[in-house]
Amino acid sequence: MRFLLALLPLCLPAAAAERRSGFDDMAPQTQAMQRDDSANPGMLWVLEGEALWARGCASCHGDAALSMRGVAARYPAWDAATGAPIDLAGRIAQHQGAPRLARESQGLLALTAFVAHQSRGLPINPPEDARLAPARARGAALYTQRRGQLDLSCAQCHDDHAGRRLAGSTIPQAHPTGYPLYRLEWQGLGSLQRRLRGCMTGVRAEPFAYGAAEYVEIELFLARRAAGMALETPAVRP
Amino acid sequence: MARVLLNIPARAYPGDILVIRTLIQHVMETGYRPDADGVVAPRDILRRFTCTYDGEVVMEADFSPAIAANPYLTFTLTATRTGTITLRWQGDNGFDQTETRELVVV
Repeated sequence: MRFLLALLPLCLPAAAAERRSGFDDMAPQTQAMQRDDSANPGMLWVLEGEALWARGCASCHGDAALSMRGVAARYPAWDAATGAPIDLAGRIAQHQGAPRLARESQGLLALTAFVAHQSRGLPINPPEDARLAPARARGAALYTQRRGQLDLSCAQCHDDHAGRRLAGSTIPQAHPTGYPLYRLEWQGLGSLQRRLRGCMTGVRAEPFAYGAAEYVEIELFLARRAAGMALETPAVRP
Repeated sequence: MARVLLNIPARAYPGDILVIRTLIQHVMETGYRPDADGVVAPRDILRRFTCTYDGEVVMEADFSPAIAANPYLTFTLTATRTGTITLRWQGDNGFDQTETRELVVV
């Protein structure tokens, strides 16, 4: 058995062995901030989400530590009601019995952070659902499609030049392991969609609106890239 | 009420030097930033932080617009007697929040 386990790393594709979370490329001070729950500002939103959960969600879903454990690791998932893939924030936003929350509103970010926090440390586990495959393929196409006045695709930075520097910042490998996360530049919590919009305006492309299907498709593709990596929500990034 | 993260020991021996860590949710809007329409957002910051230990002021801080959102403060105090640690943040727009923790010195 031990022999087989020793062989296991050799069987994984080379790219998998080199996958890095954005956490690995951060300064030690920022890593310490994320590790310490009393210094991680993202935990303020988790606390807020916990209060919202107790008010609205707990009556059906009970203790989130049990009912929501591992849920965030499986998103984006297939939504039978709309016949389309949906991400975690979208699922929470459309939920019945609760007031509808706008994308990127503090309430939705807090609830998403709280739910995703229940899966912290668990491996990202994208569902093997054939209905998701076309959307995931579109996400992969969007990832490699050049866009904006700078005519750059996601892949040109995050695959070809990952680990190198864009001005003072290290270009990460596009593994969304800690969303929603506290970004020091934002001075607040933000979603993966906000991060994607930041990249799009960065290459002077017109970003999609919040909640657009294109974002969910890219999220699907990125979740597959990061499959098996540990969730860090709420992460801290520079 | 703003969310607060506190790391304060509940028990200590006399003479122990305790590390107090506080993090409070606050936008710390500087009063200099124009929004998308060019309208400058009015200042909304914390102005003052006070920590008292059994009624005695052990730490005070004045905040300025240059301080980032969700200010994190850490400082030390020497445990001498059992008492209440009171943390108070005051700011613009009538912001006033107080948190208390009991410290038992054995």
